[in-house]
Amino acid sequence: MRQTIGVKIWRWSIISVVAFYLVVPLYAMFDFSTKPFGFADSGRTFRAWALIGTQENLIEAVTRSLITAAIVMALILFLVVPTAIWVQLKLPLLRRPFELLCLLPLAIPAIVIVVGIAPLYRWISINLSESPITLAGVYSMLILPYTYRSLSAALDAVDIHTLAEAATTLGAGISRVIFGIIMPTIKTGIINGSFIAIALVLGEFTISNILNFKTFQVVIAQIGRTNGHVAVAVSLASLLFVVVLLLLIPTKKRQGAVLDVDLT
Amino acid sequence: MLISPKRRSHTLNSSAYVQLLDLAKYFGKVKALDGLTLDIAEGELVALLGPSGCGKTTALRALAGLQELDRGAMIVDGQDVTFQKASNRGMGMVFQAYSLFPHMTARENVEYGLRLRVHKTSGQKRKARSAELLELVGLSTHASHYPYQLSGGQQQRVALARAIAISPKVLLLDEPLSALDAKVRTQLREEIRRIQVELGTTTLFVTHDQEEALGIADRVGVMRNGQLEQIAAPAELYDRPKTAFVAEFVGLTNPIAGKVSGGSIEILGGVVKTLPGSITSGSGIALVRPESIDVVASKSGNATVFSASFLGATCRLTISMRDGARITAQLPSPDATGLGAGAGVNVSLLDIPVFVKAAG
Repeated sequence: MRQTIGVKIWRWSIISVVAFYLVVPLYAMFDFSTKPFGFADSGRTFRAWALIGTQENLIEAVTRSLITAAIVMALILFLVVPTAIWVQLKLPLLRRPFELLCLLPLAIPAIVIVVGIAPLYRWISINLSESPITLAGVYSMLILPYTYRSLSAALDAVDIHTLAEAATTLGAGISRVIFGIIMPTIKTGIINGSFIAIALVLGEFTISNILNFKTFQVVIAQIGRTNGHVAVAVSLASLLFVVVLLLLIPTKKRQGAVLDVDLT
Repeated sequence: MLISPKRRSHTLNSSAYVQLLDLAKYFGKVKALDGLTLDIAEGELVALLGPSGCGKTTALRALAGLQELDRGAMIVDGQDVTFQKASNRGMGMVFQAYSLFPHMTARENVEYGLRLRVHKTSGQKRKARSAELLELVGLSTHASHYPYQLSGGQQQRVALARAIAISPKVLLLDEPLSALDAKVRTQLREEIRRIQVELGTTTLFVTHDQEEALGIADRVGVMRNGQLEQIAAPAELYDRPKTAFVAEFVGLTNPIAGKVSGGSIEILGGVVKTLPGSITSGSGIALVRPESIDVVASKSGNATVFSASFLGATCRLTISMRDGARITAQLPSPDATGLGAGAGVNVSLLDIPVFVKAAG
């Protein structure tokens, strides 16, 4: 019993320290965003917050970034995850090269990537689309190291070979095995990987800024140049928005049902 | 041991339901299967027994369609399935590792195969079928449990129900009991047999545990180096092994040297008949079962008891012979009363034929 109380105290101490560590910067942001910044202001003011809605390009930028994040997530679900499973199941010899390939973006600085892909995006802008949504392509490459790590950990934790064979003997084809059995089994890894990816996409600045795409972060930076209080208010609002998104994580049952589709 | 009299009458014949013909699979220099030929009659339970690496699991996986072969053919119910995809073969399989789909309840697991059938079973029928099967394996109260809420034995029962649900042409059991503790293993083993007899499902059961194989199979095939060494009913395999490997692998044996002539061997001061396949002359080593040795208390006997283990109905004695050799005998417990360590005994052979291999 005493041990349980000790564990409880220890647990709550850690949680408190972490919460403190996280909450202090957030409070500082809130504090700054509500400080007076005009001649007419005094005391606390929510003018910066009220100005969020009047910012040019902001809503479009948020929408575009969210669409980009959704595309990246779709690419993870329907390309990266099935490929990782396929390699693990059918091409074990390619596991190492695949892992290396996925980790590569981590080793290359963002600026180098931008220089490398700039001509490609110039071509895309001229011939296909000027929309920042096309950034989904380069983002889905950037997120590979993070997504792959969490996928790989999830795949290693389960005997997917036996599960795949069991499903096969029961009549399942390979797509059903991947989408109906393995993906729901490693869904925690997929969700973790996807959220890291979304966070990365919503927070990426270097590439979009240099390529001159007006994404969410680029617009915040622009606002910051004209009014720091509003920029901080927008940042805090976006953080709250992401928290709400996280709270909307599909429940276990629903997620399983969503992924249990047959593509054969 | 549950034995169906109907199935006991099965013998190898051309009306075999499953035919494995000259199966071969080589992994580099390792011969996993090297010309395995095996017939299984409809409704029969055949166990493949052998040490690790003998090819038994490869054979089972080949029949399931999970292992490609280098040579050979497989015929099931008159159909050549050699090149058929695993997903189309209609085999029910229970794996050694727990293989329930973790995101599905026990009922959903059982229904999974039914949902995939070509003529999709209606939801109502599927529910009824899964309920019936969970009842059959004694888990109707656990239908809505997830695999992590079930014990190992319960998970294997659900896996069995899932495999049976699709009314498989052949039920394939790949050491399904080896991850379970001894008590559950025995219980589930008998349940598998009961269900198999009840449904009349043709079954191939792979195990390295001879007690398991002898306990439930109609016939047991002993494998070695990718080949079938001998296949026979459990009692025949035990009493009349055709090779030294089978004699030594199935059950315990005491190697006792003696002289062979005219179909008999002279050992322990007596003469016993040799089994077919034994050497016919010269010095040989008889492979004598512990229960073929008769031990009688005698102060002036030819041996002394080295140690005694009480096993319940029987008692196992390790006996030191005068020449220093040690042999093991197994007697009904009442006959072993008073035969503790150090007791003088007289050891002789019962008149039971033995297999004799060449000496050296």
